[in-house]
Amino acid sequence: MLNLAVEQALNGLQLGVMLFLLAAGLTLIFGIMGVINIAHGSLYMVGAFLTAYTVAKTGSFLLALLAGLAGAAVAGMAMETLIMRRLYARDHLDQVLATFGVSLCMNEIFSLLFGQRPLYVSIPPLLDGSIEVVPGVPYPIYRLAIVAVGLMVALGLYLLISHTRIGMLVRAGSTHRDMVRALGVDIRSLYTAVFGLGALLAGLAGLMAGPVYTVQVGMGEQILILTFVVVVIGGLGSIRGAFLAAMVVGLVDTALRAVVPPWLKTFMEASAADALGGGLSSLGVYLLMALVLLVKPRGLLPAHG
Amino acid sequence: MDETPASLRWIGLALLALLLALPSLATLAGDPAWVSLATRMLIYALAAVSLDIILGYGGLACFGHAAFYGIGGYTVAILYRHWQTSEPLFGVIPGSTQFLVVIPAAMLAGGVLAAAIGALSLRTAGVQFLMITLAFAQMLFFLFSSLSQYGGNDGMTVRRRNEFPGLDLRDDTVFYYLVLAILLAALFVAHRLVGSRFGRVLGGIRQNERRMAAIGVQSYRYKLAAFVIAGMGGALAGALMVNQARFVSPDMLFWTKSGEMMIMVILGGAGTLIGPVIGAITLTGLEDLLGRIPGWGEHKLFAIGLLLVLVVLFGRGGLYGWLRRRLR
Repeated sequence: MLNLAVEQALNGLQLGVMLFLLAAGLTLIFGIMGVINIAHGSLYMVGAFLTAYTVAKTGSFLLALLAGLAGAAVAGMAMETLIMRRLYARDHLDQVLATFGVSLCMNEIFSLLFGQRPLYVSIPPLLDGSIEVVPGVPYPIYRLAIVAVGLMVALGLYLLISHTRIGMLVRAGSTHRDMVRALGVDIRSLYTAVFGLGALLAGLAGLMAGPVYTVQVGMGEQILILTFVVVVIGGLGSIRGAFLAAMVVGLVDTALRAVVPPWLKTFMEASAADALGGGLSSLGVYLLMALVLLVKPRGLLPAHG
Repeated sequence: MDETPASLRWIGLALLALLLALPSLATLAGDPAWVSLATRMLIYALAAVSLDIILGYGGLACFGHAAFYGIGGYTVAILYRHWQTSEPLFGVIPGSTQFLVVIPAAMLAGGVLAAAIGALSLRTAGVQFLMITLAFAQMLFFLFSSLSQYGGNDGMTVRRRNEFPGLDLRDDTVFYYLVLAILLAALFVAHRLVGSRFGRVLGGIRQNERRMAAIGVQSYRYKLAAFVIAGMGGALAGALMVNQARFVSPDMLFWTKSGEMMIMVILGGAGTLIGPVIGAITLTGLEDLLGRIPGWGEHKLFAIGLLLVLVVLFGRGGLYGWLRRRLR
C-alpha cells in the first residue's frame, strides 16, 4: 500500500512538472503581453516531433535535444513576429481565434510531414533502467530525470525572474507595461524573447514527453486543456501559482486514476469499470477547478495588477 | 436596430427564396445530397446564432458551446435508447421518440447545464472565462467518452428520426423544411430578444459593465440568463443534428466543435443575427467542397485554419460587415 502510494506520488510529480513547463510559458506570455495562445500546445508538439525524428534519423540524443529545443523556440518566435505582434492590441477573442487557426494549420502540416501514425521514442541509454527509490519500489530513472529537470527549470525561472535584469523588465512589464515602454526599453524584442522562452519551455516538455507518452498529431491539444485548468487554478499570470497548481493537478489526477477504477471494480464488471473509471477520474481535476473558482475566483495565487 | 441597406434586404430575401426552393432545385439537378448538406448548414446556423447571443451580444468569449450542442444530441440518443429497451432512464424517466417531447427535453437539459456552467464560469471574465468554458466542455467530452452503455468513444446510431404528428420526418425534404422553419422562428425570437430591454442591458454590460452596475443593474443575472438562452439554443441545434445524422458521438462535444462554431460567428460577423447564418453556411459549404478534393480532403483543416488567421488579422466585421460596406 505504501509502495503504491510512493510510486503514484512520483507519477503525479512527473505529470505535475510537465504541466508546469507548459503552464509557465502560457502564463508568462499572458502576464507580459496579455495574450492567450491556443497554439501553445503546437509548440509542445514541435518539440516532441523534432526530437523523435532526429533520434530516428541520427541516433544521437544530444542532437535530438538541440533540434527539439531550437525548433520549438524558433517556431515560437516566428509565430510572435508573424502573427501575435498584430494581435496585442486586439481583444482576447481575436487572439484565441487566430491562434486556434495556427494550431489547426500546424496539426495538418505535421500530419503531412510525419503521417498520422504515432512515433515511438526510446529512452536514452544513459537514463534507461530503474532504481529503488525506497526499498522495494523500483522506479524508472527516466521519469525521475523528468522530475529533476522540471524542478531545476522551476528554480531557474525563479532566479531569472526575481534576480536578473531581464527578469526585472519582465516583472515591470507585467504590471506597468506602458511605463516600461516609456522608459525606453525595446519592448518589441522583449516580447519576442519572452515568447521564445515560453516556446522553449513547451518544447522541453514535448521532447521529454516522447518516451513516456506517444508522439502524435493532436498531442498538444490534449495536454493544453489540462494546462488551462492548471493556469485557472493557479491564477492567471502567476508563475508561482502555476507551479503550485501544476503539482496539485498532477497529484490529484494520478491519484484518482490509481484509486477510482479498482474501487468501481468492487461492484462493476472489469471492462465497464475501466472505461467509466477512466472517465470519472478525468473529471476530478475539473471539479477541483470548479471548487477553487467557488472559493477564490481569481485562482490560488493571483498575479498582481 | 441600425438601418440595413435596401440592397442587403433584397439579398436576404433572395437567400430565403433560394432556401425555400432548394429541395426542388436539388431534384432538378438530380443530386438529393444537397438537401442533407443544406440541412446541416441550417442546423449549424442555429448553433452559431445561439452562440452569438453570448459571444457577440454579450461580449463573453465562450469556448465551450459544444457542451450544449452535445448534450442536446445525447438527449435525443439516450431517450431513443431507453425507448428502444423500454427501460426508464434512472428508473423513472421513460424513453421517447416523439419530436415534441424529445426536443423540449433536450433544450431543458441544455438550459440546466448552461445554468450550472454559467453560474461558476461567470464569476470570472475574459480569458479565464474562456478557459473555464473550454475546460467544462472537455470534461463532458471525457464523461460521455467513458459511458460505455451509450457507445463510449465510438458513439451510437439512432436508427430512426423522432416522430412529429402529421409529418413524415424520415423524408429528408420534410425534415429540411422543419429545420428551416425552426431556424426562422429562432431568428425571430432572437431578433425580439436583442431588441428588448433585456438585449439592451446585455449590450450595456458588454460595453461598460461597471457603469451598468452603477445604475443598479445586477449584471451577473443578465449574463447568466443570456448564457442559459444560448445553451438552450445550442442544445436545440445538437438535437436536430442527431436527428439529421441518426448518429451521436463524443465528437459533438470535442473542443474543436466549439472552435468551429466560433469561426462561423466571426467569419459571418459577430453581434449580428444574419452574420452567424452566413458564416455557418459558408464554413459548412467550404468544408464540404474542400473535403471533395482528391488526396487533400483529409487536410482540409489546413485551409480552414489559414482562412481563420486571415479573417481575424484582416477582416473586420466578417462577411456580413464586408457586404454592408460594399453595398452602402
